[in-house]
Amino acid sequence: MKKILFIEDESALQKTFGEILKQEGYEMISALDGETGLRLAKSEKPDLILLDLILPKMHGFDVLKKIKEDKEIKHIPIIVLTNLEDIKDVDRAIGLGATTYLVKAQYSLEEIVEKIKNALRG
Amino acid sequence: MSFKEILSQLNIPAQCRKYGLSLWQCPQFLFLVMGLVITVSTLTAYAIGARYVEDPRMVALIVLLTAAILFIVAVIITNSFERLAEANRMKSEFVSIVSHQLRSPLSNLKWATELLMSGKLGKTEEKQTEYFKILKENSDRMGELIKDLLIVSRIETAKLPIKKVEFSLEDLVKELIKEFRPFAQASNVEIEFQAKRNLPKIFADPSQIRLVIENLSDNAIRYINGKGVVEIKVERKEKNLYLEIRDTGVGIPEEEQKYIFQKFFRSENVLKYQTQGSGLGLYISRAIIEKSGGKIGFKSEENKGSTFWFTLPLK
Repeated sequence: MKKILFIEDESALQKTFGEILKQEGYEMISALDGETGLRLAKSEKPDLILLDLILPKMHGFDVLKKIKEDKEIKHIPIIVLTNLEDIKDVDRAIGLGATTYLVKAQYSLEEIVEKIKNALRG
Repeated sequence: MSFKEILSQLNIPAQCRKYGLSLWQCPQFLFLVMGLVITVSTLTAYAIGARYVEDPRMVALIVLLTAAILFIVAVIITNSFERLAEANRMKSEFVSIVSHQLRSPLSNLKWATELLMSGKLGKTEEKQTEYFKILKENSDRMGELIKDLLIVSRIETAKLPIKKVEFSLEDLVKELIKEFRPFAQASNVEIEFQAKRNLPKIFADPSQIRLVIENLSDNAIRYINGKGVVEIKVERKEKNLYLEIRDTGVGIPEEEQKYIFQKFFRSENVLKYQTQGSGLGLYISRAIIEKSGGKIGFKSEENKGSTFWFTLPLK
């Protein structure tokens, strides 16, 4: 079973995604802040990471940078899922190595699940 | 304050852009103008005084008094303008922050509703589905409103990004018509499109122009009462491309036409037919077209229909 790490401080979203991903046959691990997210990325080595940007303890950009600096986990695809839609943020995230950048307000749950499936297919 | 900061204060056009104001409403520029007025008035006072007043001390006193009074007036005027501009900027920033903050709970609400509607948490009854639909539609509406508010705050703080690329307006319109067909059909509205052959491409921001055409077409379809037609036309007019959207809708009453591009304005007669809508679409459209170097306008007659048009420069 493929493992997805969801780094997001909104627990309601954690719950919704946990449910839908379970239904789709994935295992989801959640982290409610940046530090925990980075730690779990290292210890659990998930197949995919969903990353919010505005996070407590460590900003999403720093989490992204640290993951991409770590040889052991830098290959893991990262989908940034945020409400920041400034083009500068998009460029920065892609520049740091994010696979996809999704603005929450623009997608339905179904579309996001589709993006996750695509990213896992590689 | 470092030397660099002082220098940046002197860059008046940049300072005015920060407030998103035109030169004549910008405190820094006004300060410069007032300085000029003071200098000229003082010199005039001196010239007149030297000619008509005999006592040189008197002349000096008149000149000094004129300068002092003008200086005080100038400071008061520019200060109040600065305060107004600052308040305006803070208001736009406040709207932007609040809108951003609203987005997170709204995403939660929208996705949770979608999960419920998907039937993945168990079968829902028809009556329940009906109410889930209401939840979904209204969270979508709220999402649209927030999106519009964010664009407005970007327009007002002059942060609306416009990147210019070459693209075909005709292709964009065709694509949008495809997207609008289901909505038009559901509203009993026919969309007709005609474009002159071999139209040149334009230089503009396709995502922003898309927004404008979406707003205009949505209005055209939405404000048709019953059956109707929306005609879209693209043609070249000298150094511009001209796009026109004509509808057979309710039209805009003459006395309300002058307000139509104002923020949050909604015409009395459309409120009877449509309660939805933020009153921001045309305000946003005008800002985008003008920033892209084009012009926007309309003609309308109540109960007959409206024609909205815009132009965009070829290069």
